[in-house]
Amino acid sequence: MQLPIPQTVRADEPTHKIEKMKNVVRRIKFESELDLEFGERIADKAYGQRLLSCIQCGTCSATCPLAHYMDYTPRKIIAMTREGFKEEVLNSLTIWLCASCYSCTVQCPRQIHITDVMYTLKREAILMGFYPRRLPIPVLAREFYKRVLKDGRNTESWLLISLYLRTNPFKMLRESVLGFKLFVRGRLTIGKERVKGRDQLHSILKHEKGGNTI
Amino acid sequence: MKYLYFPGCSLRSTGRAYEESLLAVLKALEIPIEELDDWNCCGATSYASIDETDAFALAARNLALAELQSPDETVNLIAPCSACFLVLMKTERYLEDYPDVSKKINTTLDKVGLHYHGRVDVRHPLDVFVNDYGLENIAKRVKHPLKGLKVASYYGCQVVRPFKTFDHSHYPVTMDRLVQALGGEPVDWPLKTRCCGGSLTGTIQEAGLRLNRLLLKEAEKRGADIMLTCCPLCQHNLECYQQRINRIYEEEIDLPIAFFTQLMGVALGLSEKELGMQRLFKKPSLSHITHPKGAVVNAW
Repeated sequence: MQLPIPQTVRADEPTHKIEKMKNVVRRIKFESELDLEFGERIADKAYGQRLLSCIQCGTCSATCPLAHYMDYTPRKIIAMTREGFKEEVLNSLTIWLCASCYSCTVQCPRQIHITDVMYTLKREAILMGFYPRRLPIPVLAREFYKRVLKDGRNTESWLLISLYLRTNPFKMLRESVLGFKLFVRGRLTIGKERVKGRDQLHSILKHEKGGNTI
Repeated sequence: MKYLYFPGCSLRSTGRAYEESLLAVLKALEIPIEELDDWNCCGATSYASIDETDAFALAARNLALAELQSPDETVNLIAPCSACFLVLMKTERYLEDYPDVSKKINTTLDKVGLHYHGRVDVRHPLDVFVNDYGLENIAKRVKHPLKGLKVASYYGCQVVRPFKTFDHSHYPVTMDRLVQALGGEPVDWPLKTRCCGGSLTGTIQEAGLRLNRLLLKEAEKRGADIMLTCCPLCQHNLECYQQRINRIYEEEIDLPIAFFTQLMGVALGLSEKELGMQRLFKKPSLSHITHPKGAVVNAW
């Protein structure tokens, strides 16, 4: 019995159909392309060997107030971390969008410290150079880090100015009305708050490169 | 027993009204406090995103300084800002629970002659007022009961999570009980601990504004006259972006957002200036409470 010829591209098809074929991309990664130890490495750092015991119930995604802005929901991030999708996880917006509200951490039936996992992934992303340079969230974290490293305290007005200068200077103009309103109410200060024991502080904080995890 | 006080950076700028009102209320209730000498920034959420050793070391310096300053067996350190409260508490717990964290951080601190022994207990002002001072004692001192005022208490996320401290992590009631003791009417609403987005209003504004809109609309729907917060960042987000939320989403939200200590001060009979009311974008209209007979209508 002769099998019917499948209705796909054959050698004698017109060329434009074959052109289409060329755009087809592989959607599934081969195991050899994954970093199979990634999950364990993250679990080791994030106060949770428990990460590996995730049952994929999705409680974290359901309780996350920012899940609908994320490219992968928290549940997916955990699954991908465990399976070794390193690039996808570290490049994702999800880890930066996490606002550390700890809603998932307290709800997780497996007691996984999900917020700590997100922090670890952020640091790992910085360390591996997957740092999304145009995204304002890591820029804010970096500016905050530098400001406190220098003065020991954070002055919100200067933090915001350096954030806008580094991301979108036009936004500063838009925010200046709000800034002025805060200023007349004495809620934005120009003088910088500083710690007296700055030398002491500087010798405590020495890891200027960042990305350090205990 | 004396409390040590850790103001935090926000209470020196956007949250100044919080510090002013908190100190005024503590003074009115005769609760003795002393500011932590040469405190530094707690690191908030940013430090943990960049470098963990630094994040813990930064917070641990404050804890070690607190131990040096207080001779008490348990040092009660009041941290009014939610981020400071959480970071200090988290550092304190992790140093206790994870020996490798404690070892690494204490080695770092030892280099500058500091050491953390684990004597500090990080406290939130709400906890101090309700559980140490007592609601009956507060009720005794109320001069202007907040009669008929419907108050939505918004706790924010980091005060009640992730650690079990003084209240439930999704449905806390401490502030509502305080409001009741002051004579007000707590509004029951489900978003008490829903995240306001924190610094997202400054970075990914669309996401931040939506979260705040949700909170404001729900509180209005439940008939709140005023919303109380216990976090400088929540207060800033909910208050300062209200106009923008109205413009973008075509809403008509008009809700005053105050710190819980400000309303406490009003009930205790403190003046507007002492409580930093002039720093709010929208002053709550409380003249019927402070001047019940309508003698001076224009005071607020």
